[in-house]
This record gives sequence, C-alpha cells and structure tokens, in this order.
Amino acid sequence: MRFLFRTSHSKDMAIFQHSGQVFWYGLLALALFVAPFVLDPFYLGELAQVFIYAIAGVGLMLLVGYTGMVSLGHAAFLAIGAYAHARFMTYGMPFLPSMLCAALFTGFISMLIGLPVLRMTGVYLAIATLALAEIVEQVLTHWTSMTGGFRGMRVPDAEMFGLALDPPRPFFFVCLAALLASMFAVLNLLRSPTGRAFMAVRDSETSAVSMGISLLRTKTLAFTLSGVFTGLAGALFAHRIGHLAPDAFTLMTSIQLLLMVVVGGLGSMHGIIFGAIFIGLLPQGIALARDVVPQGVASWPGIEPAVFGAILIGFLIFEPDGIHGRWRKIRRYFEEFPLYRKDTFKRQQQYLSTERLR
Amino acid sequence: MDGAQFLQVLIIGLSQGCVYGLIALGFVLIYKATEVVNFAQGDLMMIGMFVAFTFLNVLGLPYWLGLVATCLSMALIGALLERALIRPMIGEPTFAVLMLTVGLGFILRAFAGGAWGTDPKAIDNPFSGEVLHFLGVSLGFENLAVMVGTVLLCLALGLYFRFTRIGVSMQAASQNQLAAVLVGISVNRVTSLAWALSAAIAGFAGVMLAPVSLIDPQVGFIGIKAFAAAIIGGLGSLPGALIAGIALGVIEQFAQIALPTSIATASPYLVMLIMLIVRPGGLFASIQRKKV
Repeated sequence: MRFLFRTSHSKDMAIFQHSGQVFWYGLLALALFVAPFVLDPFYLGELAQVFIYAIAGVGLMLLVGYTGMVSLGHAAFLAIGAYAHARFMTYGMPFLPSMLCAALFTGFISMLIGLPVLRMTGVYLAIATLALAEIVEQVLTHWTSMTGGFRGMRVPDAEMFGLALDPPRPFFFVCLAALLASMFAVLNLLRSPTGRAFMAVRDSETSAVSMGISLLRTKTLAFTLSGVFTGLAGALFAHRIGHLAPDAFTLMTSIQLLLMVVVGGLGSMHGIIFGAIFIGLLPQGIALARDVVPQGVASWPGIEPAVFGAILIGFLIFEPDGIHGRWRKIRRYFEEFPLYRKDTFKRQQQYLSTERLR
Repeated sequence: MDGAQFLQVLIIGLSQGCVYGLIALGFVLIYKATEVVNFAQGDLMMIGMFVAFTFLNVLGLPYWLGLVATCLSMALIGALLERALIRPMIGEPTFAVLMLTVGLGFILRAFAGGAWGTDPKAIDNPFSGEVLHFLGVSLGFENLAVMVGTVLLCLALGLYFRFTRIGVSMQAASQNQLAAVLVGISVNRVTSLAWALSAAIAGFAGVMLAPVSLIDPQVGFIGIKAFAAAIIGGLGSLPGALIAGIALGVIEQFAQIALPTSIATASPYLVMLIMLIVRPGGLFASIQRKKV
C-alpha cells in the first residue's frame, strides 16, 4: 500500500500524484499509440467512437458531476456542434479551424441558452434542457435551407496539412488528440479557483455564495464550457457518421450521454472513460447477446433501450458511484486485504426536506 | 376564421388539454407525496391502456367493470414498482430517482411492445360515434367524457389532499421525511400508496384517452407534454396542472392553425420555457426561492 505524503501545495495540486500513476498512464498512452498499427480498422472505428463519447462525457461531467446541474438535453449541443462544423466546412473552412469554431459556436449558443435557464435548479433545469432539446430537434427538421431537414446533409471530407483524415487511422489519432486535449484542459480547470468554485456550487449553493462565489457567473461558465466540449465532440461525431440527420440526435442520445456519466461514476475523470467504453461497447454486447437469447425475446421492439434502462436502474440502486466507485472499492479491498472494513464507503442517507409550503 | 370555427378549435383544444391535465395529475400526485418526478408516468398510462384493452377486448368485460378492473390492477402494478425500484432509493438524491424513472419508461415500452405487439389497437367503448351538436359546434361524446372525468378526478384529489388524514400525511412526508417519521407517519406506506394511486390515475387516464387516440407502445410520449403542463402549473399544484394542461391544449390547437408546423409542434415546450424563465416556480408556485 502506498502512503502519499503531500509536503507542499504544488504536490497536492499535481495532476499525477505519484510515479506509479505516471508509469501506468504512460503505458496506456503507449498502447493507444501502437493500437492503430495492430488493430483491425473496424475496432479502430469503435475506439474512435468511444473517444468521441468521452469528449462529450467531459462536457457533461463538468456540468453534472462537478457543478451539480443535470441536463437531459445534451444531444442538442452535440447536434449544434455537428451541424455547425458541417456548415463551416461546406463554406470552405479548413478542418481544424472549423472544428474549433464549431466548438466555440456551441459554447456561445449554450451561454445564450444558459443565461435564462440557469435561474432554475434541479428537476426544473433538467426539464428545461429537455424542452430545449425538443426545440432544437424541431429546428433541425424544419430549417431545411440550413440543415437539409429530414434528408439531412453530407459532411464534407476532412483533410489536415494535405492529409486525408477520414480513413480510420488518422481519424483515430485526431479523436485521441482531441480527447487528450479536452481532458487536460478540464483537469487543469478543476484545480484552478474556477474549478473549485464549480465543486463548491455543487456541494452547497448557500455556502458557495457565502464564500464570495458568484452563482450566476459560475453556473453560466460551467454551462458554456460544457457546450464547448460537447460541440467539439459533435464536430468529430459528424465525421464519424458521415451524414447528418435529425434522428441521430434524439432524446435517446441525451439519455445515453447521461447514462454514460452516471454509469461511469459521477464526479470523476476516470468515470468518463469507463462510461464511454461502456456506452461504446454496449451495442456490440447487445448484438452478441441477441444470438444467445431465444428468438422471441431478441426480436422484441425497443429491447435495446430497455437493456439501457435496466442497466441504468441497476447502477442507480446497487452502485450509485458507478464503475469508478466499484473499482475504487475493489482496489481498497486488496490494499487493506485482511483488514478491509465494509463500511469504508458507506454513504450517509439524506432525508428529504424541501422549501415547499403547500 | 368565423365564430363557430373558432369555438370548434377551442373545444378540441379543451379536450386535448384535459388529456394533458389528466396525465399531469398523476405527476403532481407523486411529486406532492414523495417529491419524486416520475418520468415514466406517460408510459404507465400506456400500460394502463393495454391493460384496459386486455380486460375489455380480450376478456370482454363490460365497460365500467373493465374501467374499475384496470384502475385496480394498475394500482397493484404501481405499488409493486414502488416496492421493487423506488423503496431502495429512499434517501438518494432526487436526480437519481428521476434517472431511474427514465430507465423504467424504456423498460415499460419494450415490455408493452413484446407483450401486446406494436400495431395500433382500439378499445370498444359506449361513447364512440355519438356526437353532441350545439351552437354550430360538434363535440364527440368521448371528448366530453375526458373533460368530465378530468374535472371530477381533480376535484376528488384536491379534497383528498385537503381533508383526509392520509392525504395530509402524504404532504408532510414530502416536505420533510425525517420530521414525518418523528410524528408517526410511515413514510414507506405513504410512498407505496402514492405510487399505487398515481398508477391508478394513469390507468384511468389511459381508458379515457383510448377512444381519442390509438393504443401503441409509443403513446406514452404524450406524457412529456403533460409533464410540461405539470411544470407550468407549478408541479405541486393540482388545479395548476389542470389549468396549465388545458391552456397547453388550446394553445397547441391554435398554433397548429396560425403558425408554421415547426413552431406548432414545439409550442408546448416553448410555452414551458417562457414560463420557467418568467416565473421559475410555475403558475401556482409552491416553492419559495431559496434565500442565499
């Protein structure tokens, strides 16, 4: 077992807490750089999809896991990012600036949306974002001159420095780079005063305000940044699916994104990756399971969302800390092997009490 | 648009609005009693429709007996769902319970699709085909039944929360669980009862709605609009839900005539957003803003 002695402030703030982490993350990075030269292009595409989910997860985790605001409509931001990117590229903008512009544009839109919406809290906010997603879906369907309506629009082929990006291998690296950049940005943000303010707002708005944090500013910033990262994911997602249509960004997509951060483990960066892997591979798993279960069950309509729902419920009831929480418990068990106490991670029950008068 | 046409659209809007209001009542009931937002309410109603279909068309019960049987079996389903899924979540944040009901909705939809099939069905009922004519307006009996049923149910629920012991203890349990336990209210029983009652209402709404719309597993999505109604009404308010539901129905009908389809389809959400921005607590706000 490793004991960490934090002898200075900078040590406490360090991204890598100890040499073990540097070693293991280094190994992971090496594996990811070697992967494209070893793996089958199909799996490469799936991995790129996982990275894209993870980038959107970074955005959503910032909002749900670190600022405590729930969004049921993040598919809307994914859609805005994707369509904006495709539009910018049709107008002849090169890939990289277009992607960044799409991300910033999404951030701008989410800021505009956020300013009025963020007066709400909890359930009301979740519903407001749900309504926004419905409205965005209507706009995508009916603003034919801009989005192509039901028929959708083609995403132009990407190239960077004269190199085509659409084949699996370069696309894999682009997604990986984008994911690493966003994770690095968010990790840095989270150890800055702004990031600490996010967490303070999550834990208690009252105490955050009493320490001089501006609620409106912090929440709007979190919402905007969340939009930026989700928009970035949207831009990459556009290339992944190649043809944009409104039915790629439905309520189901929003739920899937939320499922990702909940199953991964709210409030942890590892959770994003675990969740993204889970979401990315689940459809494959379901496809495999279809061959095993009886024909009658496999052909049920809507069985795939139902499996999603069942897994979500299972995690909420049995492991609210998600995969990351389970992993921490398992690791702790082996670290303290004979002496592990079952109640180490016991959560305090909170009894409901509201400000309602009637 | 002349007077009669205007009136006709208004009537259609009213009856559509009553459907929203009826489903919204179920939301409000669970919210008032347990502070849980039940996203699966529309899907519960869908299950209620299929249960009614089974009783009326497959088993061939008389209409009123079928209605009672549907409500009773839905109450049982509601209580079972609460026991299996919601009870373990007492003490968890409300957001987690909300996510859970979202997942429950997916499961219910798949279950209905597997058990009853996806092709649309209709229920035999005593009202169908009868039409009331007055002032140049025609009103189907099934629409009238929806309106009357909604208003009666709303009244009954209002009285229940106001005057019965268990109704008051439901409100107490949602305002402060710990305090409710301390004064001797069984929070578990109250929660079970709220879910049973709410599912029964969903069954009632399903039977009322069945003649107006066809039955298929996707019909539960109407619940999202009903949800908007509950929010506009202020989530904790029964008359608020009803009034907001009716208003939404009317607005939607007129929007379909006057505005482009995109805006008309999104109009309930637009109204809800504007409402939330102007008055975050809804029409009949039951929440005081947290003073910080």
